[in-house]
Amino acid sequence: MNAFLLHWTFAIPEIWVLSMACVVLLADLYLGERLRDVAPVLTVLTLLGAAVLTFFEIGQSGTAFAGQLILDPFTNVAELFSYLAVLMVVLYSRRYLMDRGIYRGEIYVLLLFALLGVMVMVSGGSLLSIYLGLELLALSQYALVAFHRDSLSATEAGLKYFVLGALASGLLLYGMSLLYGLTGTLDVRHIAAALVNVNSSNLILVFALVFIVAGIAFKLGAAPFHMWLPDVYQGAPTVVTTFLASAPKIGAFALIVRLLIDGGYGMLESWQQIFIALTLVSLVVGNLIAIAQQNLKRMLAYSTVGHVGFLSLGIVAGTAAGFASAFFYTIVYVLMSLAGFGMILLLSRAGFEAERIDDFKGLAQRKPWYAFLMLIIMFSMAGVPPTVGFYAKLAVFQAVIAAGYVWLAVIGVLLAVIGAFYYLRVVKVMFFDAPDPDVDFENAPIVRDDLASATLSMNSLALLVLGIVPGPLMAFCFYAMQGVI
Amino acid sequence: MGGQPTLAAYLILGAILFSIGVVGIFLNRKNVIILLMAIELLLLAVNINLVAFSRYLGNLEGQVFVFFILTVAAAEAAIGLAILVVYFRNRRSINVEDIDELRG
Repeated sequence: MNAFLLHWTFAIPEIWVLSMACVVLLADLYLGERLRDVAPVLTVLTLLGAAVLTFFEIGQSGTAFAGQLILDPFTNVAELFSYLAVLMVVLYSRRYLMDRGIYRGEIYVLLLFALLGVMVMVSGGSLLSIYLGLELLALSQYALVAFHRDSLSATEAGLKYFVLGALASGLLLYGMSLLYGLTGTLDVRHIAAALVNVNSSNLILVFALVFIVAGIAFKLGAAPFHMWLPDVYQGAPTVVTTFLASAPKIGAFALIVRLLIDGGYGMLESWQQIFIALTLVSLVVGNLIAIAQQNLKRMLAYSTVGHVGFLSLGIVAGTAAGFASAFFYTIVYVLMSLAGFGMILLLSRAGFEAERIDDFKGLAQRKPWYAFLMLIIMFSMAGVPPTVGFYAKLAVFQAVIAAGYVWLAVIGVLLAVIGAFYYLRVVKVMFFDAPDPDVDFENAPIVRDDLASATLSMNSLALLVLGIVPGPLMAFCFYAMQGVI
Repeated sequence: MGGQPTLAAYLILGAILFSIGVVGIFLNRKNVIILLMAIELLLLAVNINLVAFSRYLGNLEGQVFVFFILTVAAAEAAIGLAILVVYFRNRRSINVEDIDELRG
């Protein structure tokens, strides 16, 4: 095969998702009136097709389009998990959107474009392609959050997300411009080579790293750059919240991999210090403020901040094992949030969002199976064995202790214990409290949605199964980090 | 250099514009449109940096990047204004102080 064709073969999954997003848009335009399910069905086919195409790429590695795209194990693994995350969002979404009169094809098109953004981010080999992927993801997300346009809280969340997201992109971009000025290239691998000759106390380099890390922290939701997260998670339609907590986190992790590890690994000691501060603040802010929340979506948003703190422990470690455990944590976080928000989705109906913690009172009497699944999800988030959440926390603690930061691990364990309190409170409310008398459950029963409830059952049980057999997933994460470091 | 502005002058200009943009986002308590202007200023400050570096290094990549940023900024402004319009329909106000439905 000649070199020209080889460039295009590296981009086949991206090209497929882009073309199919356009096909879904057109199909929905012409057939959407008669066949209302055409957009989600085509979206599922797109994701399966993309997974097959990515599967064929496994094992290849290299760069394409003058270094704009990188193909390595991380690209493949991160892309496969992004498809899985979007697939689950699509399977959860149907009835929730129908109940609220927003079951339209555009939401699936936006999901596919956001996915394309994530794919470009994970395979981005230069500052330019990483930035374009990031913006494609961010612009789709702004539109998704404000998708329920008659809802005041959704549009307000969209507005807040837009302003703060644009600020984050601006910070990241300013850091990128300084990095370009310092090294004279946009290609991350050339940047890594050029940084060898730069003194680590160079003022421009310090500024560039601070701005880039701040931009990444914004996108990940690490404190003190988390202020958008609770409002957006709470205000957005729950389907969109489920998405926000899934594939975009893999994209944000890809920013760390591409910019800080591929590009700036030589400057590890400079950005490690910033990450230690971010980790500490995230752990404290996330776990403490979550205790005070009455709204489950808001509580899960603060718990996200806490989880970001835990996963950055692996980044702080700065070793291959540390990055692999952080990637493992990211994927586990994605699975747990999909399940957690999926549960809120499934219990809600028109006029009742099931998003207050009080709405879960007495769930064990009304729906014992759902209460059991929610128990697994909460235990996994809290890190109780034998769920996978325990193993994820264990892996990052091991990595950070191996790197010599025992005090950080001690603080992390203490805050994990504090964090367990608000997860277990949900369990207590479900099993030991009587149903809320203000909510009329009899006249508004939980609507049957077999597809979503089967997905939720598999999703939650996966947390248990992966907790008992974490080996293969961990091996997968180590494999992903092979080409990176 | 004879009368030509130096690289440092351009970088300082970029830094000043960027700071005005950031301060504009945080201090502005009046109107959301001003927030959109501040965001635009952030991106344009980055563009000045990139063009200055590109000229100074004799490397065209920075100027190519600027074209992409300009395009993205246009798309971003379009989406921002669209969200602002749907928000105004619901809230009948675009005053920053009125954006207080979600808090806690």
